[in-house]
Amino acid sequence: MRKYKAYYVTFFFLIASAIGISLAGVSSDFILGELYARFVRNSIFLLALILPIMAGMGINFSITIGAIAAQIAMVIVIDMQLNPVLGFVVTIILSILLSVILGNVIGYLLNKAKGKEMIASMVIGFLGTSIFQLVFMVGYGTVIKPFNEDTLLTRGIGIKSMLDASAFKNIYKGILTIKVGDVYGSLIPIFMVLIVGLFVYFITKSKLGHHIRAVGTDMALSEKLGINVDRIRRTSIVLSTVLASLSQIMFVQNLGILNVYTGHLNIDIFSAAALLVGGATLKRATIKNAFLGLILFHTLFIVSPLAGQNVFQNAALGEYFRSFLAYGTIVFALVMNLRYQDDEI
Amino acid sequence: MKNNRIQAPQIIILSYLILLAISLKFVDISYIDIINESLVKWVMNGVLVLSLIPMINVGAGRNFGLPIGISAGLIGMCIVLEFKLQGFTGLLLAMILGGIIAVFFGYVYSIILNRLKGNEEIIGTFAGFSFIPIMNFFWTLAPFKNRQMLYPVGGKGLRPKINLENYFGGVLDNLLQVNIGKLTIPLGLIIFFLLLGIIVYTFQKTRIGITMEAIAENETFVKLSGININKYRSIAIIFSTVLASIGIIVYSQSYGFIHLYDGPFMMAFPAVSAILIGGATRNKATVFQALFGTYLYQTTFLISVPVANALLIPEMSEIIRMIVTNGIILYAFLYERRVKVDEKV
Repeated sequence: MRKYKAYYVTFFFLIASAIGISLAGVSSDFILGELYARFVRNSIFLLALILPIMAGMGINFSITIGAIAAQIAMVIVIDMQLNPVLGFVVTIILSILLSVILGNVIGYLLNKAKGKEMIASMVIGFLGTSIFQLVFMVGYGTVIKPFNEDTLLTRGIGIKSMLDASAFKNIYKGILTIKVGDVYGSLIPIFMVLIVGLFVYFITKSKLGHHIRAVGTDMALSEKLGINVDRIRRTSIVLSTVLASLSQIMFVQNLGILNVYTGHLNIDIFSAAALLVGGATLKRATIKNAFLGLILFHTLFIVSPLAGQNVFQNAALGEYFRSFLAYGTIVFALVMNLRYQDDEI
Repeated sequence: MKNNRIQAPQIIILSYLILLAISLKFVDISYIDIINESLVKWVMNGVLVLSLIPMINVGAGRNFGLPIGISAGLIGMCIVLEFKLQGFTGLLLAMILGGIIAVFFGYVYSIILNRLKGNEEIIGTFAGFSFIPIMNFFWTLAPFKNRQMLYPVGGKGLRPKINLENYFGGVLDNLLQVNIGKLTIPLGLIIFFLLLGIIVYTFQKTRIGITMEAIAENETFVKLSGININKYRSIAIIFSTVLASIGIIVYSQSYGFIHLYDGPFMMAFPAVSAILIGGATRNKATVFQALFGTYLYQTTFLISVPVANALLIPEMSEIIRMIVTNGIILYAFLYERRVKVDEKV
């Protein structure tokens, strides 16, 4: 039985999803279409969490910072009014650069907070959000001069809270079109997710991956074996941040609207919960966990407000239920994992 | 006096306070008004900060699960409002009811925390977060009948902000007010606050309190001397939760509203930040530190509002408040680690 202990939450979500689908009374086409969008938007966030877990740092809640890097790159590109394809390429390059820098900073900070990485990474996420808001809400128009006055609020200070990114949305239009459920999508984002998935897979199998795993298993021993522990931990955070920024680009590209101040919020919680639903623990996470968790978690996420509406005539109850699921899953995973850790010792 | 030496957080907040106080001269607001308001703000938030002390002193970390205690206090107030009790009867009864519910909540919370020693902070954060949707269910479905508490339209579910004007809003604030010239001192409020402070202080000096201090310092040693550590931890956690429930009642009567639903979501962070400014460390906090830290923290942000408004960027005060709050918490996580390493060497 012990073998299946990691999958308790997975089974719970499987059953809850089945109940939710039957209560919501929606067509499978609708669910499939929504799942396509969520697969494109969120899967790389989940992949981003895998490496820090392997490095023994727990869940990296500061993937928010990676998302912020992408948001910054996108605001700048939209502000510069580049043409869509060039703009998209510039966005990707700029956000990778930014997230490498920010990832190094986070890695440095988390190395100072060994043993408390999870809560520290969460606070880093909050702090980063505030600093980002300071720069774009207060800095723009006062200290930083935008290229295009239209991106500012009417008072001349601060970027608008919503920018149009529809130029990015249409970038794959008409290329390799597929129909998923009732949504017409493109295969390119799916390929991108799969490529990133393969990339993460090869990293875990490479020399770097073995070092990361060694550090995650026993830090002191790895140090004695000549592995630069701090460096490995920092590398895994940098990779995680870069992946998160790529994922945020996918997210905005799929959505077509850039929510400047809110677009990056809560992704850390939902991604962590989804990964844990897939059977990951705080010590071990695989790509399989990521994809399984994504599908299960988001299915329940799609149907629960609708089920709440159907059963209680109140969609808000479904909302509460799903935010409870997100936080509750993390609490449950923390309780189970940290206790087993004690048992082993 | 090692605990009271001035560190980076205090220097930052003091210099920020001085900077603001000077810039206040250029804004058309008198210092007297600020002092009057700062005294109310001090107590309004102070009890919540005070509630962190028992848990810190038993070595259970800073209570990021504050929303749990807060929810207990909110339920207490809602029950009192249901029976339309006014003035002091209402306030005291709300505290008693909230306290009783908090004992129960705190007991359950302590069971979770006692299983996961050393990880209380991350567990507490998520336990607090996941408790909010549970309470949202309660607020929506609980059979309250008082029309002034329910949504104006539909009459189902409590409204997010309930006005306390006709019940016990400001009763403590207005108790025994002393006017010296323009200066208004809410003597009753401050006496109540100091009374709670004395209770916490004397509790630390009792046999139970001293044992708790020993647990925080050296758990293994205390365990070997045959003391049931979990029992003492439970007592401290329950005490913290009860104080938090009283804290939110004091907060609400000053604020004039009961803020339900997502109101308590981020309340733990300012409280933790305030006690850190006071100079508390991971397992040692005094009543003086809580009082001093809260006054400094609240006054700083009280002054920053008119200054930011004068600069025509009203969001700035809130953003800087968040940066300082999270920055101080992050500093504590990073700095504590260093102290620990030093001790080992």
